[in-house]
Amino acid sequence: MVAPLQAEPGFAPVLPALILLLPLLGAVVNGVAAFTAPERKAIPTLVGPAAIIGAFVVVLLNFIGMVADPPEAAAIVSFWQWMPSGDLQVGVDLGFDQLSMLMMLVVTGVSSVIHVYSIGYMREDPGYAKYFAYLNLFVFFMLVLVMAANFALMFVGWEGVGLCSYLLIGFWYQNPEYSSAGKKAFIVNRIGDFGFLVAMFLVFVHFGTLDFVAVFEAAPTTLTVGGGVVTAITLFLFLGCTGKSAQIPLHVWLPDAMAGPTPVSALIHAATMVTAGVYLVARSSVLFAMAPVSQAIVASVGAATALLAASIAVQQYDIKKVLAYSTVSQLGYMFLAVGIGAFTAGVFHLMTHAFFKALLFLGAGAVIHAMHHALHETGRHEDPNDMRNHGGLRSKMPITWITMWIATLAISGVVPLAGFFSKDEIIWYAGAYGYAILWGVALVVALLTAGYMTRLMVLTFHGDNRTGDDAEPHLHEVPKVMWIPLAILALLSVVGGWVQIPEALPGLPSMHALHDWLEPVFHPAVVVMEARGVHAAHASPVGGGEALWAGISTMLAIVVILLTFRALVRRRVPAADAPAPEGLAGILYNRWYIDELYDRLVVRPSLALWRGCWRLVDVGLIDGTVNGLAGGARMIGWFGSLTQTGRVVSYLFFFVTGALIILGTILW
Amino acid sequence: METGIDFETGALLLGAFLFAVGAAGVLVRRNAILMFMCIELMLNAVNLTLIAFSRSAGIEGQVLVFFVMAVAAAEAAVGLAIIIAVFRHYELVDVDRVSLLKW
Amino acid sequence: MIAEFFFLLFVVMAAAGAVMMVASRNPVASLMFLVLTLFALAGLFVLLDAHFLAAVQVIVYAGAIMVLFLFVIMLLNLGHDSDSDVRGLAGRATALVLGAGLFAAAGTALRAGEWIGAGTPAVEAATAAPPSRGAVQVIADPLFREYMVPFEVTSLLLLVAVVGAIVLARRQAP
Repeated sequence: MVAPLQAEPGFAPVLPALILLLPLLGAVVNGVAAFTAPERKAIPTLVGPAAIIGAFVVVLLNFIGMVADPPEAAAIVSFWQWMPSGDLQVGVDLGFDQLSMLMMLVVTGVSSVIHVYSIGYMREDPGYAKYFAYLNLFVFFMLVLVMAANFALMFVGWEGVGLCSYLLIGFWYQNPEYSSAGKKAFIVNRIGDFGFLVAMFLVFVHFGTLDFVAVFEAAPTTLTVGGGVVTAITLFLFLGCTGKSAQIPLHVWLPDAMAGPTPVSALIHAATMVTAGVYLVARSSVLFAMAPVSQAIVASVGAATALLAASIAVQQYDIKKVLAYSTVSQLGYMFLAVGIGAFTAGVFHLMTHAFFKALLFLGAGAVIHAMHHALHETGRHEDPNDMRNHGGLRSKMPITWITMWIATLAISGVVPLAGFFSKDEIIWYAGAYGYAILWGVALVVALLTAGYMTRLMVLTFHGDNRTGDDAEPHLHEVPKVMWIPLAILALLSVVGGWVQIPEALPGLPSMHALHDWLEPVFHPAVVVMEARGVHAAHASPVGGGEALWAGISTMLAIVVILLTFRALVRRRVPAADAPAPEGLAGILYNRWYIDELYDRLVVRPSLALWRGCWRLVDVGLIDGTVNGLAGGARMIGWFGSLTQTGRVVSYLFFFVTGALIILGTILW
Repeated sequence: METGIDFETGALLLGAFLFAVGAAGVLVRRNAILMFMCIELMLNAVNLTLIAFSRSAGIEGQVLVFFVMAVAAAEAAVGLAIIIAVFRHYELVDVDRVSLLKW
Repeated sequence: MIAEFFFLLFVVMAAAGAVMMVASRNPVASLMFLVLTLFALAGLFVLLDAHFLAAVQVIVYAGAIMVLFLFVIMLLNLGHDSDSDVRGLAGRATALVLGAGLFAAAGTALRAGEWIGAGTPAVEAATAAPPSRGAVQVIADPLFREYMVPFEVTSLLLLVAVVGAIVLARRQAP
């Protein structure tokens, strides 16, 4: 292993290669097992989670080292020169700073929990080994993404997680709908990747390098604040983010991605991959700080997405779809935060969201698992995901019920759970930086969140059971290997927010551990923003300090929860095969018809264009030319064959004629 | 009377004529044996030409004619043997019908 | 004088015989005309001071080879008239054209070349020798001296031809 280059003595990364190698090795071993002995579940059960837990342990060691001696600048570990080509020098470099450390902890930590959960969830699936191979591979690529010290290596991770996402969404590929969902995810992502690539090109052209340290150091002096170049770079980067993190206009793939196994949805589409976009913006904080136009766009798109997705979630009946739209909405929050320049708040919410959203998905997975089991036992074919088939599960699955309520309260922003602190920060900063509209939208979305989450809980766990009298006795709680991860995540959802408690809140000790921790990373961006004249006020747009509004938002959340609960718990739930609702509810139920719009505007014309190209160019031109050449050769051959008469006299004739020609040529 | 008829020129012209006639005959006749005879005529024309030239060019011409005759004899023998062999199979020597060279 | 007369005679005989040979319908008649042509050529050989070769021409060519042809014609019972033997009009026209072309080419070659005229001393000395023995000796000298190897090889060639002809022409064993 190459010795690390350090900005200063002190923190030295411990076994950095191992963090990446363990998941990769796990993927290889599980992959081989999938090919050679797929029915032997012991190997993946052992290797899959162990690889990730091992990586988590190494990350923890590094974290401890970093806490003891926080570096001022990133510690770079170089492995080898990947692209030494003239001016472009790209190496396989890993960067250890506070931000990447935080991401590594979240990724490996949550992944470990989900891997353990998967042992129970995927137990009966024939593709057990393949699943763990893909999942390990995903963790590998995600770690490459967050540990990369330059844009190119990060892009490798970016693409890699996209690939694994496709593989895992379409895991049950025999179902054409599921594999289509995988394709949709990959293709939509690709559009975003185009943005990332263009941004990389621009960065290289203007900075001559793709290394984060070099680029971000040179940015304030090389580029003009608010200038075209930095705006272009950041906007193209953001295009990549809309793809990967499912923001408008590229958010359409995430709800479809629920076709994959639920632990996949928990890991990839809640906790890690979709947060890559937020991480990218946070990492490039300096660039975004220098481009107010881009920042405005990022924040606005984030807010709009949050609102749109929350509205759709209100009318969805598939439990995973509700959570998917919830994820899109919460990601909107994160982009709102980093858009207005509150980078720490955005990353904070990323962390807490990983905890409670993963918990929500795993809990939903437990419900689906139980429902599937019950329906299977009684030979019925209803959709286990549809909440209209659920109801009253709290007595059957108490642990799941409790942990999911914890997550619901967390996401709704009820004190003192994790979501309260992170969400509150975002709402506060929106107001403090003076964006009244964004502040208002954030508040509304918070209330909507509380609303649809309560609806989810009521439909699934409360009221009367709608699964059917024959299936009902078969419903039971999930095994230990599945509810212990739920418990762990629930604990994190409770205490996870306690790393950053604002001073303004009375009765609570103030903590700015997270802010201090990330300060060295975001300092350059903060400097730029202050130079631009941006600073946080101490009152919201309508007056009142932070403490007041924190209290108000919690109160409102609790009120919404209680009201929704009361309203829905007695209401009759429509049957699973009831027709779609009318009016506004219908529009929300149909997801604002965005998918249909894209189909009309983009998909069908593209298909027509490609079909035309195929017919005209490929079949007509290319095949025509090749076939024409072959036909031509055959014609020439046929002509030539006419001379092969088999009769001696015609040969003699040619003979004499030839002799005459030669004689003639010689004599003249 | 003019004693200037140049034997050599005349012989050469005759040789050319006989050669042309022989070539035309090969193309015109269908009977294999007759084609062969026309080829022999062409050979003789060549012999005549050689001897005509040897009058002024040296005795080697006549030596060459000697060899040509020997080879012509050998060739005639073998060729006729082939024709007999073909005749046994086809009952005729019409070269148009014996198109064994065509698949 | 006499020589010129005989020269013209032989030329006409040879030419006429050749044309008749090509045009005749009867294979045996064609053969006879060819023999006539060969005889005329032998005469021309004499006039051109190739006495030995004239004799060889008569003995070998007209005597042996033509007789061989005759044998084969008789053997295959082809002695009758057959008017399907000569090709149609198109074939004859083509042959005529090609033949004329060949004649023209050869003629042009003769005109164009500067060939050695009559009267170089070496040849005159050689041909000045009296006929009979002298003529044979004139050929025999180079034949058995400079051209010894081709001579021997020719004998091999004749042997091969004989063996080949026998093998080809005999009846296949049942």
